[in-house]
Amino acid sequence: MLSGLITSLFGGISVGSVLLIAALGLAIVFGLMGVINMAHGELMMMGAYTTFLVQNVCKGTFFADLYIFPALILAFLVAGLLGFLLELTVVRHLYGRPLETLLATWGVSLILQQFVRSVSWQFMIGIGIFAALYFGGNQLLSIDKSAKFDGKKLLLTMIAGLAALVICNVLGDIFKLAITQPWFGAQNVDVTAPSWLLGGLPIGNDQLPATRIFIIALTICCVTGVYWFLNKSMWGLRIRAVTQNREMSSCLGIPTERVDALTFALGSGLAGIAGVAVSLLGSVGPNTGTNYIIDTFMVVVVGGVGKLVGSIVAALVLGITSYLIGSDSFAPLLSWAPPLAGFFTFFSNSSMAKVMVFSAIFVFLQARPAGLFPQKGRTVEN
Amino acid sequence: MLTRILRQPVWREVIMIGGVVLLLATAIPQLLYAIGQGFRVGLLGRFMALGIAALGIDLIWGYTGMLSLGHGIFFALGGYALAMFLLLQLPAGKLPEFFSLNGVTELPWFWQPFSSLPFTLIAVILIPSLVAAIVGYFVFRNRIRGVYFSILTQAALIVFYNLFNSQQKWINGTNGLKTDSAMFFGKVVSSIEVQWLFYLLSLFGLVGAYGICRWLTGGRFGRLLIAIRDDEPRVRFSGYDPTGFKVFVLAVSAALAGIAGALFTAQSGIITPNAMDVSFSIEMIIWVAVGGRGTLVGAIIGALLVNFGKSVLSEQFPAFWLFFQGGMFLIVVAAVPDGLVGWAGRTWREWEQRSSRKSATYPQIDLDENLHREKTQTEKLHNSGK
Repeated sequence: MLSGLITSLFGGISVGSVLLIAALGLAIVFGLMGVINMAHGELMMMGAYTTFLVQNVCKGTFFADLYIFPALILAFLVAGLLGFLLELTVVRHLYGRPLETLLATWGVSLILQQFVRSVSWQFMIGIGIFAALYFGGNQLLSIDKSAKFDGKKLLLTMIAGLAALVICNVLGDIFKLAITQPWFGAQNVDVTAPSWLLGGLPIGNDQLPATRIFIIALTICCVTGVYWFLNKSMWGLRIRAVTQNREMSSCLGIPTERVDALTFALGSGLAGIAGVAVSLLGSVGPNTGTNYIIDTFMVVVVGGVGKLVGSIVAALVLGITSYLIGSDSFAPLLSWAPPLAGFFTFFSNSSMAKVMVFSAIFVFLQARPAGLFPQKGRTVEN
Repeated sequence: MLTRILRQPVWREVIMIGGVVLLLATAIPQLLYAIGQGFRVGLLGRFMALGIAALGIDLIWGYTGMLSLGHGIFFALGGYALAMFLLLQLPAGKLPEFFSLNGVTELPWFWQPFSSLPFTLIAVILIPSLVAAIVGYFVFRNRIRGVYFSILTQAALIVFYNLFNSQQKWINGTNGLKTDSAMFFGKVVSSIEVQWLFYLLSLFGLVGAYGICRWLTGGRFGRLLIAIRDDEPRVRFSGYDPTGFKVFVLAVSAALAGIAGALFTAQSGIITPNAMDVSFSIEMIIWVAVGGRGTLVGAIIGALLVNFGKSVLSEQFPAFWLFFQGGMFLIVVAAVPDGLVGWAGRTWREWEQRSSRKSATYPQIDLDENLHREKTQTEKLHNSGK
């Protein structure tokens, strides 16, 4: 009984920690900028694919068993860089229009999904040629980069695109499969956990999988790191200031634009780390991110915007309840009330558990529309 | 007499719509059959059904500023209602096949009324709007709006998706309901006659939906919706309670999505929980965004254009459709926020102004040459007087 309780609690906490590590970046970004980043899941996916690549590079070398550590750093950098670019090119121009940002980042997420499906050397060369021609052309014709998109730019885009397409097709015909072979393809790829993560910690008859323990530890590290960064560092102070009052911070000389860029990059980087964690749990595919994105949004909504504590509590509560309901842990405890037990048995698989938890969130928001730990204020706009 | 009628914008619009409807009901299908693209007629019928859903989206997003990411729910509810009606057109005592495969021997009580056509027609409209009204009431009552509303509708979508997906016994779970071989008034649903009937129904449904939306957005009510979109707290301070209006408009929009789902299902021959896929509901948004939000014609044009574009592009380059769609989201949001219709209108007005050299409204005053000349003259006078 006790070991059963520990296993289910552990299962819940491990589900919650995955949710938390995925939601951490989202919570910071949403809290600071009110921006919903629909591409967050795809940034996680990029982190997961980075893990896959690092694993393949390290295979057979001295690092084979330790690949997870460089993978963590690289995934953070890759996803962070992508997020930085995303902020610079898209999100920055849409501040104050959260619904538009949502749609634009959804577009980005579609592009990223298709990108990992069809990326190959040919594809990368094409992008390189296009970028070189387009930006080179901009330089040569000395077009103002910040100018509006006009006929000249359109023409340049078309010429660059056409040239890239033609060169790519010619190269594809010459080198065939050597460069047209997709790197990952549409199929899922597998990341094998390092050998020291294959076992588990035995408790009674069950055992706690080591990968899960690793993820919990990783989550704790990330949360502590973010907590320290936000509360003890200079930039963290600035981020908190902008979160609370953007105009006032700007008046006091805080470079809000740079704070935004940094925050977005940081949040995206955390998504990359979450991607490493997720890759240990199952195979990695173009749809890896979509499976997590809505759950993580729920964590942010339930936790309340602007406070880390809210996300932590919300992730753990959601993780534990959905695990307990999904694994039908309530029915045996309720054997004295058969209808109630039957009710819980009805919801006892992971998708029905989601139905129940999400419905419960709806009810919860009736009592606390702004989440568990709302930011206090007196403005009309919340 | 006739010229006077033609001069009134309402009648001009009615005549134009009549002309388009006539074309769509007669010439265009014939033309498509003649050039050997007969299957596109079926697609056109389906996309017109989707246009009805797009009108609903436009009503709540374009006019009221609520971005729903969960309209797949209402679409699917309408679709399931009609699909069940079609499946239940069987001799007495028989059950649709999937029930017996899942070990159900008696029709569940909640499906029983669906064997009657009037009930089903009412259900197609009423069930989605009721669900929408309930969800909307609880969300709007707490003044949850903006992105929170979007996320919550998406969560509701997930709830319904999982619910429908895992109830194998009552609604055939993942496999959904197939209506291809069902009977409709003695004819197989997939036969040309029935399909043509549903094509016409979609066409007239689209026109009817356009009329309703036009009527709703035309008068005071429409202005109130736009006011809610632009500054909801201010509407509240002016003594209105936005909750009721928002619930109502969400319910209307859901009803339109339900009708669209029913018509679409009858023509595509199947409804599965995939209609409640996250991406499908967001796709509905892009139809409206491409066509032009806040313009009803734009929603319809957008739905037809994007869907035909999708069917052509994914035939030719299946891998690139997602790139294209993603790019469309980015471009529409960043470069042409008012969509094709809005862009065309803007260009037309600019062109008209340039050709007539007349300034219409206040901001253009300093562009007006006459005013400019007057101003310089007064300035000259002023200076010389010094």
